[in-house]
Amino acid sequence: MTTIGLGHFLTVAAILFTIGVLGIFINRKNVIVILMSVELILLAVNINLVAFSSFLNDIDGQVFALFVLTVAAAEAAIGLAILVTFYRNRGSIAVEDINMMRG
Amino acid sequence: MQALFFYIFAAITVASAVMVIASRNPVQSVLFLILAFVNAAGLFILLHAEFLAMILVVVYVGAVAVLFLFVVMMLDVDFAELRQGFQQYLPVGGLIGLIFLVEILLVVSTWAVSPDALRVPISASAPSEALSNTEAIGRVLYTRYSYFFQAAGLILLVAMIGAIVLTLRERVGVKRQNIAQQVARTPEEAVQLHKVPSRQGLGELTP
Repeated sequence: MTTIGLGHFLTVAAILFTIGVLGIFINRKNVIVILMSVELILLAVNINLVAFSSFLNDIDGQVFALFVLTVAAAEAAIGLAILVTFYRNRGSIAVEDINMMRG
Repeated sequence: MQALFFYIFAAITVASAVMVIASRNPVQSVLFLILAFVNAAGLFILLHAEFLAMILVVVYVGAVAVLFLFVVMMLDVDFAELRQGFQQYLPVGGLIGLIFLVEILLVVSTWAVSPDALRVPISASAPSEALSNTEAIGRVLYTRYSYFFQAAGLILLVAMIGAIVLTLRERVGVKRQNIAQQVARTPEEAVQLHKVPSRQGLGELTP
């Protein structure tokens, strides 16, 4: 076991980010899983910010991660509210059915 | 010891993130999302970011994940039908994901931070040994970042109002209490007095 450096945390964050992007790609019909994938992506970003903050000995990164957390929570709340309203109006949450604004 | 815990937390985080996007049941996806967040909080503790680790548990596991769980269980959706294209999208998605991951890892592995930068605190807000993590965050959050802090509060306010406006609906045909109408009623229109003759009953009531 070697000592854990900045690269280890960045690697974990990179893998998490990729899983999040992959989740958006392969679950193209399910909006709920897409929203969860976005949460995973934001978690990867937060791990990056906190890792740099810790290894560069600078607290600002953690403050920024706190703001990212705030925006992520607001995004989840608004996204799920839109989802519930859409399901109430259309009776479906399949992404293919979301084409009312096609013009 | 730190390395051991790092590998445990990292492995569980990545494995549960995979299960989030690969699980058949969205309820299981949400539960794996909670597991991923708890283990990410463990990673944060290894990075000496205790405050953010606790906030992650409180905000994500306590609020966001429960919100997801509510919505998943509230919507009556055939989730098996939503997974129809899973096999179809898997090759292309997997290829793109693999390319993306390799590129990121190439960047991360070949790129290095100068040892000088790691040793020298580049900012005045470097955490000192005497301060706890929470206190160090509070010292900069409420002074230098106070405008950002208030903007974050505004974002949460807008999110709250937006969610309420989006999901609130006026139901038609629901009996509601109208206090003004109730107070405005007089005894003349509310009460009828009838003289009931003995052994004849009330007969027809005039409304």
